[in-house]
Amino acid sequence: MNNLVFENVSLKFGGITAINNVSFEVIPGRLFAIIGPNGAGKTSIFNCISGIYRPTEGQIKFGDNHLNLLRPDEIANLGIARTFQNIELFENMTVLDNILIGAHRHLDYGPISSLIFSKKVRNIEVEARKRAEDIIDFLEIEQFRYSYIMSLPYGVQKRVELGRALAMDPEILLLDEPAAGMNNEETEDIARFIIDIHEEMKKTIILVDHDMNMVMDIAQEVMVLNFGEKLAQDEPKKIVTNEKVINAYLGGGS
Amino acid sequence: MTIFLQATAEGLALGAVYSLVAIGFVLIYKAMDVLSFAQPALAVVGAGLISSLAIDRGIPFWISLILGILLTGLLSLIIERTFLRPMVGEPVFSVAVLTIGIDILLRTVLDNWIGLSPRYLGDPFPNFGNFGSITLNGVTLKYLEISAFFTGIFVIIVLSIFFKKSKYGVAMRATSLDQEAALAQGIDVGRIFGLVWFIAGILASMAGFFITGGFNTLTQFSFISALRALPAVVIGGLDSISGAVVGSIIIGLTQGYVGYFQSNLETLIGISLGSGFSLLAPYLIMFAILLVKPDGLFGTEEVERV
Repeated sequence: MNNLVFENVSLKFGGITAINNVSFEVIPGRLFAIIGPNGAGKTSIFNCISGIYRPTEGQIKFGDNHLNLLRPDEIANLGIARTFQNIELFENMTVLDNILIGAHRHLDYGPISSLIFSKKVRNIEVEARKRAEDIIDFLEIEQFRYSYIMSLPYGVQKRVELGRALAMDPEILLLDEPAAGMNNEETEDIARFIIDIHEEMKKTIILVDHDMNMVMDIAQEVMVLNFGEKLAQDEPKKIVTNEKVINAYLGGGS
Repeated sequence: MTIFLQATAEGLALGAVYSLVAIGFVLIYKAMDVLSFAQPALAVVGAGLISSLAIDRGIPFWISLILGILLTGLLSLIIERTFLRPMVGEPVFSVAVLTIGIDILLRTVLDNWIGLSPRYLGDPFPNFGNFGSITLNGVTLKYLEISAFFTGIFVIIVLSIFFKKSKYGVAMRATSLDQEAALAQGIDVGRIFGLVWFIAGILASMAGFFITGGFNTLTQFSFISALRALPAVVIGGLDSISGAVVGSIIIGLTQGYVGYFQSNLETLIGISLGSGFSLLAPYLIMFAILLVKPDGLFGTEEVERV
């Protein structure tokens, strides 16, 4: 199990500073939440972790690996899975295929053996399918197994994306606004899944969300960002009473 | 009846050859969303490499054949790495135009080497007599046609298992749908592109051999035959391997039947169609099918939310 460490990370686009000198550490097994107003840099942090953006300054380490130096697919193969704020599923594919793609890094065979479709390949594929079925059961999307993504409602798509990330069997799961645009009932479902993933599957989770109730309910540690800067990092109980946070985010006047 | 069988047999053999090139088109289209116009050029370059090794260098035929095919695959890989990889994320149209450039480049170099006299590719079975043939019930089949047919079937079966059942097929589709999300799943997008181009190069050079082998010979015009895989993929639908095969068989049979029955057709409709009609016919079929099914017979219909 590896720690994810941000050391003085900054990310600049021309004159705009998306992340300004942010440091934090996520200990294995944590359910770590990042909150902040729109444009605070939450998703930029995710994009830096998964290698879509390169930090302008600073280091991102995952155990002994310097994530700044790796390609997005190499980072994913270290066991860092993510979901996206605007669902990025493969729309013209079925739910099952989307989840199987998540398991890509565990399908350990080369082009030659798959050309002859050897016994090893068959076993690996059968195993992957079994795990995909477990995930489908877990997320309660059995009836959508063979449905195409574009035909599914938003809430179900969000779940499938979670399933695809789970299929990677990651060490760290980055969830970018899993409850965005959902009604109360769907939010509760997602919260339940996140808790189960955290407690039963023992995954480290970094969660970005706007839904304060959910974040405060389920997170063990919360980091607050504002305009790319870190305001506070603490357990949820203390965050809600932190003055800087109240001023910036939870509503200054009250 | 014998003529009909003869035309069918030749048509099927042609269809098998076209489907080799056509599958290359489809694979690249599925992975990159780009129609690569360089495929026919790769086919003739493959034939040129085989001829150069077997005839000019005097290397035994089978070794030259395998070497030539592998070298074309490698060349295709290099083309992808040097010309196309930097274009990742660029508009599909620019990439497609770039492949036209690659096509012209390859053919110019090759045409210079071919010169004016036709090039032979060597003889696989010297013991059977030169580029022999067998006759069954009055139908004459060249060895080359028979081997083209069975190679085609073999390749189609192997590749469809490969892409339907293995992780590469799904990874390829994922890559074409959303590169960023594919990367986040740990799919090495560059490696998928390389794999696809390598396979497409191998298939093209196999087709190149069957098009120019035996008495057909490699000339500056051989590439026109390889280009006929293009109407085949358009008929079948650009993103379907089975569509590519069906399209190729349609084109092959059309060419076979037109070749043998053109005079009957002309007396029937009373118009002379000209000597090059068998070259034209595939494109007419393509137009006819596109009028009814604009996405091809097996292609995925484009659905866009308005």
